[in-house]
Amino acid sequence: MRQEIKFKLNGEAIPLEVNPNEVLLEVLRDRLGAKSPKCGCDKGDCGTCTVMINGKTVRSCLVLAIEVDGQEVITLEGLMDSGLTPLQKSFINHNSFQCGFCAPGMILSATELLAKNQKPNKHEIQEALSGNLCRCTGYTPIIDAITDLTK
Amino acid sequence: MPIIHKFDYLKPKSLGKALTILAQSKNVAILAGGTDLVDMIKDNVVQPDVVVDIKGLDALNQIKFENDTLFIGAGVTFSDLIESKIIKEKYPVIFEIAKTVASVGIRNRATVVGNICSAVPCLDSGPLLSAYEASVTIAGSKGTRNIPAAEWFIAPRKTALQKGELVTGVSLPYPKVKHAGCWVKLGRYTGEDLAQVNLLILAMIDGTFRISFGAVAPIPVRAKKVEKLLNGQTITPSLVEKAKQLIEEEIKPITDVRATKEYRMHMAKVMFERGLDTAISRLNGSGLKYGTSVI
Repeated sequence: MRQEIKFKLNGEAIPLEVNPNEVLLEVLRDRLGAKSPKCGCDKGDCGTCTVMINGKTVRSCLVLAIEVDGQEVITLEGLMDSGLTPLQKSFINHNSFQCGFCAPGMILSATELLAKNQKPNKHEIQEALSGNLCRCTGYTPIIDAITDLTK
Repeated sequence: MPIIHKFDYLKPKSLGKALTILAQSKNVAILAGGTDLVDMIKDNVVQPDVVVDIKGLDALNQIKFENDTLFIGAGVTFSDLIESKIIKEKYPVIFEIAKTVASVGIRNRATVVGNICSAVPCLDSGPLLSAYEASVTIAGSKGTRNIPAAEWFIAPRKTALQKGELVTGVSLPYPKVKHAGCWVKLGRYTGEDLAQVNLLILAMIDGTFRISFGAVAPIPVRAKKVEKLLNGQTITPSLVEKAKQLIEEEIKPITDVRATKEYRMHMAKVMFERGLDTAISRLNGSGLKYGTSVI
């Protein structure tokens, strides 16, 4: 049974009819054009589908779209209203990504960490990113980019 | 991958309404964080007609400490536990456990109650319930009942929950005497991995211990023989050696994709020794800070 939901996506009110079995990741990408969350493992293990619901990162591949009725969803697109964020600039300076598939998830996870803890140590950064897998860089330039911002 | 299976979705605002839905529908799945359920629906392992989202039940989103008992509602996520002042002050070892559950993006959704309802053998909440001698509060059409942790887990993915019932939360009585704990979790890497072995030790000032293992048997194991050996004794290296031998009688690890049974058995002993040492040190006001892994 299709249901009408209303939620905020990157600050914009979205009314949408969804089937209960539609997954948030697919609705964001295929119906609403927010392409930054990616489908990696599709089982909640890799973190490439990361988006924020009410300021907290979640795996959008494990959330039903209907669950975000009345909630506030932010994808990486939503952080970039006034261009690149300082975090993204730092990632570029450190050449942190190669293929970039994991980047949106990494950036959102790091954003959530820095919102709670402005001076995380290396261990805290590693822990915050432990659910975001990167297969290109070996993580070091990613951690360096975040560390740089905390100085 | 889209979900092929079709179902209805309901988000009741009251427990009564939720129970009515449970009583009326034959094939219901209860949704809290969804980190297990959505994955299982994707794989067609679970094919519900109705999914009942309990996130609208505000009473279940609470962490309460009343009458020397901690109540963790069914909507409480592992991130909620990490951020809770009550947990940090009264149950720091729960903070230590929650920090090792998957990663932030999962902890922001996944709940303790969901964890015990999924009841996979490697669950992290198993030793927690077992060592704290917790009870599981279940609501059904006939009223509310409480089940001790020891009777909750029946087999892998099988619990004492019956059709038409809903777990509203778990209650953990605060031990009567001063105590400290240590959580030890072994995985292949830090992050999303499930436990190869996990272990919770509580050391009490009266010289008694509570020891519970996970991932080394079909359900969590309370190591009563080891507890009996250690209770009231001075902990010496030779006694610890005896206890380690006794662990072989308590747990029955198997070989699977994450580890061999021999490795699990060996590591269970190493983890026990280090966990015991840390729990006792913490009891005496020293030892590693909660949240620091001993393995």
